[in-house]
Amino acid sequence: MSVLIFIDQSEGHIKKSSYEVLGYGAAVAKQIGTSAEAIVLGAVGDDLASLGKYGVTKIHHADAANLNSMDAQAYAKVIAEAATATGATVLVFSNNVNGKAIAPRVSARLKAGLVAGAVALPDTSNGFVVKKGVFSGKAFAHISVNTAIKVIALNPNSYQPAVTGGTAEVVKLATSVQPLVKVTATNKITGQVPLSEAELVVSGGRGLKGPENWGMIEDLAKLLGAATACSRPVADAHWRPHHEHVGQTGGSIAPNLYIAVGISGAIQHLAGVNRSKVIVVINKDPEAPFFKAADYGIVGDAFEVLPKINEAVRKLKGA
Amino acid sequence: MKILVCISKTPDTTAKIAFTDNNTKFAQDGVQWIINPYDEWYSLVRAIELKEKDAATVIHLVTVGAADSDPIIRKALALGGDEAIRVNADSHDSFYIASQIAEVAKQGAYDIVFMGKETIDYNGSSIGGMVAELLDRPYVSLATKFDLNGTVATINREIEGGEETCEVSLPVVVSTQKGMAEPRIPNMKGIMGARTKPLKVQEPIAVDALTQIASFELPPAKAGVKMISADTPEELVRLLHEEAKLI
Repeated sequence: MSVLIFIDQSEGHIKKSSYEVLGYGAAVAKQIGTSAEAIVLGAVGDDLASLGKYGVTKIHHADAANLNSMDAQAYAKVIAEAATATGATVLVFSNNVNGKAIAPRVSARLKAGLVAGAVALPDTSNGFVVKKGVFSGKAFAHISVNTAIKVIALNPNSYQPAVTGGTAEVVKLATSVQPLVKVTATNKITGQVPLSEAELVVSGGRGLKGPENWGMIEDLAKLLGAATACSRPVADAHWRPHHEHVGQTGGSIAPNLYIAVGISGAIQHLAGVNRSKVIVVINKDPEAPFFKAADYGIVGDAFEVLPKINEAVRKLKGA
Repeated sequence: MKILVCISKTPDTTAKIAFTDNNTKFAQDGVQWIINPYDEWYSLVRAIELKEKDAATVIHLVTVGAADSDPIIRKALALGGDEAIRVNADSHDSFYIASQIAEVAKQGAYDIVFMGKETIDYNGSSIGGMVAELLDRPYVSLATKFDLNGTVATINREIEGGEETCEVSLPVVVSTQKGMAEPRIPNMKGIMGARTKPLKVQEPIAVDALTQIASFELPPAKAGVKMISADTPEELVRLLHEEAKLI
């Protein structure tokens, strides 16, 4: 019996969401009285043994070159076989881009019930029940898993891992899979915090009037170390790239702080951001529906308010 | 080329979310039902575009649902598609639903199975991966672009902070999102034609659900917004630093 945690990497670097699942998986293991092990696929530049500080005792590393980029079919096979070999009864993934591809395959392969989008540790007082987000952030469901093996995909930024100290034993895992999906090009924005991993997000809407006015949004994001996002009309008008679009049909995010500037807060936009822990709304329309979902609000013209905020942040940061 | 497009029925994005039966069931009273936007705007429309390029393409739609799903599948047929299959079962377990779709996919020997990246009600993002595994086929998820060159598909998919381009030989299972195609609305010819397109109803295969919904819960109401004067926006910065401790 054990808990097996999937560590996701990109170009050899362990993703932030992987630290969350390591801490979460270790907590689940403690809860059900077993040990936590982890598995990572592809070449990794970061130190794996030190991940023991999150509470995992052993890390299985399948470092075959053909696993450097993610192929859900090959990854699921390797992970499911490792789960069987280690006698895992709970598998933990991040519900990030790769977790969404791999976890369902592993679930179907092992006939193990999946909770995708978990937001809390399981309740094991009576069975195995996991809380997850449903209705695009407007509600939660408690899902009861009926099978001997359980698969959990944890929503990013919904669990704060505890660091305990310790070193994990790293063991090599031989594989013989043939990935069928070939990655031929990668187009990644560098030098910026990826939106899906950002703890702080500054977002702009139609109220900013045009792409030429995004300088003050970018300034604030840079001062805070935040990612930038936008509303749907802004992405549709090509003022900003599509990957910045958050909302019902765009990305769904759950940062600690979401600052919305010139966004009215239509229900479709809220669906993508209402899991944010603190929401700040700056809008010149006092009737903007977004104020009802906000924690802090300023009724005012972004062009007057935002430069003053940037100045105050600059002073605070001593920049 | 044979394409299977998975269609799911979901509450309209503006539907009020409430629960009945001691918070174990979604309150359906007065709810408007729509085609799951990720299925409609991206999977179905992209399949129609592929058929417009190659008239020999056959598009079948599949849904897993009770008879109250029929208006939704007719609406999808009004946009496009040659015929539809409804598996007559009502379930909220991803594995049960995926098993039904995989069975239909096996029977029809489809080259491509498309579905939206998630449904906007249960937000599982699970059906695509499960169907692909049950069929033992490659799966490309969160696709933003899909092109065919013979029997090789070139697909863009989302990664953290960007996209990557992949190539895979058919058959393949693909989940779709924004970028794949532009939303369309059905025209009168489509609406009239949809009435006579075949809609086959078939009984489900026997599968055990792996999960069940124990209960629902609404998020706690926000404490209320703290308003700050536009004359002193620096006060916001102070509050975020000292009270919220976020910056």
